[in-house]
Amino acid sequence: MNSFFGRLLAPFRNTTGLARWILVTGLIITGTFVIAAIFAPILAPYGFAQMSVAGVDFPKTSPPGPGHLFGTNNQFYDILSRVIWGAQTAISVVLLSVVLSALIGVPLGLLSGYVGRWTDRILVFIMDALYAFPSLLLAIVFAFLLQHSIGSGVISAALSLTVIYIPQYFRVVRNTTVSAREATYVEAARALGAKNGTIMGRYLFSNVIQSVPVIATLNAADAISTLAALGFLGLGIQPTDASEWGYDLSRALQDASAGIWWTGFFPGMAIVGLVMGLTLVGEGLNETINPTLRKRRFRKVTLPPRTPGREEVGS
Amino acid sequence: MPTKPDDILAIRDLEVHFEQSGSSLSRLLGRPSGTVKAVDGINITLQRGEVLGLVGESGSGKTTLGRAILGLVPATSGTITYTPPAGEGVDIATLKGATLRSMRQRLQMVFQDPSAALNPSMTLETAIGHPLVIHKVASGEELRQRVIASLERVGLSPAEQFLSKYPSDLSGGQKQRAVMARAIIVGPELVVADEPVSMLDMSVRAKVLQLMLDLKRDLGLTYVYVTHDLATAKFFCDRVAIMYLGKIVEIGPSDEIFADPKHPYTKSLLKAIPDPDPSKAIPRDLPRGEIPDAARPPKGCSFHPRCPMARNDCGWEPRDLKSLVEEHWTTTDLATFEREHELVGHLVELNTSAGEVVVEPHRGKGSPDDVWAMFSAIKDARPDEPLWRGVTSMEKTPAGVKFVFAPSSPVNLRASGASEVACVLYPSAP
Repeated sequence: MNSFFGRLLAPFRNTTGLARWILVTGLIITGTFVIAAIFAPILAPYGFAQMSVAGVDFPKTSPPGPGHLFGTNNQFYDILSRVIWGAQTAISVVLLSVVLSALIGVPLGLLSGYVGRWTDRILVFIMDALYAFPSLLLAIVFAFLLQHSIGSGVISAALSLTVIYIPQYFRVVRNTTVSAREATYVEAARALGAKNGTIMGRYLFSNVIQSVPVIATLNAADAISTLAALGFLGLGIQPTDASEWGYDLSRALQDASAGIWWTGFFPGMAIVGLVMGLTLVGEGLNETINPTLRKRRFRKVTLPPRTPGREEVGS
Repeated sequence: MPTKPDDILAIRDLEVHFEQSGSSLSRLLGRPSGTVKAVDGINITLQRGEVLGLVGESGSGKTTLGRAILGLVPATSGTITYTPPAGEGVDIATLKGATLRSMRQRLQMVFQDPSAALNPSMTLETAIGHPLVIHKVASGEELRQRVIASLERVGLSPAEQFLSKYPSDLSGGQKQRAVMARAIIVGPELVVADEPVSMLDMSVRAKVLQLMLDLKRDLGLTYVYVTHDLATAKFFCDRVAIMYLGKIVEIGPSDEIFADPKHPYTKSLLKAIPDPDPSKAIPRDLPRGEIPDAARPPKGCSFHPRCPMARNDCGWEPRDLKSLVEEHWTTTDLATFEREHELVGHLVELNTSAGEVVVEPHRGKGSPDDVWAMFSAIKDARPDEPLWRGVTSMEKTPAGVKFVFAPSSPVNLRASGASEVACVLYPSAP
């Protein structure tokens, strides 16, 4: 198990210079948001839909100050609490949609690339059709459809994002599978008597999966902004179900002209921050994993000191 | 055809053809495109415990034949009968799906490039034990013990050190040993080895071949050894089959083949083995030209266009005449070439295998006399060219010059001494 993690971390240990800084910066920013999301109940001073404490109402649109660090908005909500709870919403929606789209897109791509022929043509046709729509438009359509069937919570937001990102996983995995299918080790597996399912699962999967983490992180960044856009348009999550940055931003729109900057600034910065963090992680991973971009770091080899008189044990 | 009890494999009239996909335009229009006869009528009987070498140049179909034996490429026609030690023979060529997969316990393969034949993301323990998992033979601790035993068997010891290694951690020779460990772990009877040592360093080759011989002795294996390297075939094989353009041209015990080669192609292959004696000059009579296009093999004996000993009945045809004229054009001066090219054009009428053909002046430029003069000059320049033996008559007609070619004699394998040869020269006069 130790060597498994060793191999997993090997490309990271081999990174150098800029790639490593991009990755580390991205991981720190993203990590901050993830911590905020996990510990939201502890970190947030109030609930995301709380307007009063101990029977005393919050002030309306009060500027940042000691009672409310980020101020309050025109719905009497505490902005700091909503930003922290919003991190939880964003992370859970994005995590769910990325996992779902990888779970659907990767096996479909594997199947399409390995089986070929008509299966491939039909699947590629469907995926290209999905890909042809602007992603936001597609998300709006699905969010709208899902609103009627399963309501507008975290699940439906995640599902409408899933549909957009399946084709990306599908394409990348299918193309790598098509080239890996011709490799000798696949024919060797066939010569061993392996079934097609075994070949796909045990021989191709582990070799085509390597580019998926990069797509996943870059998609996650994209999903954050799409989720915010859905919320901004009022098609996202209802404000009483969960806190959502895009919704807060749309509520803050008319405040901006009145000089009330804090209602829009903090949710906006949260979106920018998380998108940037995830993008940096994705780019950093890409530079690390992609062999055509990767520059290897040569580490000094330190040999253990020789102890004279001891018999050398050959390997 | 009945098989003797100690025959493990009987191949009868095996043909493997590949459709050529042609250009995208012809695919769109559904025009027929050619077929490549990679394996074109092969008959071999393989005895239990023997090592058969399949030797040939690139494109001779030896690898395809090896893969067809395992059912990795579908046979177009013919039968491949595998007879287990006890029981009825099975025709591998007709097997499909689960029954074919279960045959893979009996028939295994070792590949040319050991680096590509192992899954880069599997440890040796998983990779070598996988055949047992696939065929549900062993699991758990028994699986581990059998993997260790197999690794020790191929000389990767102490095996515990190799279990958690990935293919990228091994050297080429170690990888090929690992591939062999994976092949023998299910206890196969027949192993097809496709150039198993050609990617290895010289220093490792002999060791790996010796390992293969040890495995054969200890496990009672039968090998089909596919190679282009006659030197290792001589060392390794009991019997050698020389392949050319999808056909066997000579087959026999390896001592016989190397001591007394009969087919002109075998002779020239043996001459091409480099001799480490610096005082000897490089032989000058290697087969000329390249192996022909397998989509349109020559008529009669496929080797006749390159053969230094060709006779009149070897299957000469108009296409050979075209090659001769084109060869003449590459050596002649520019003025002659332009004049003659103007006269006869691209010689498209010679793209045929017909018994007779008429060459006319191209688009009415020049007279039949000019054509006659041109061909006479070519013939007079090289009267010893084997092609002219196959041209029974060359005469002037009102339209142009008419060539009649000698009919070809059949070239099937026939016994000559201890081996079998497919050549019109054998059996020679008693």
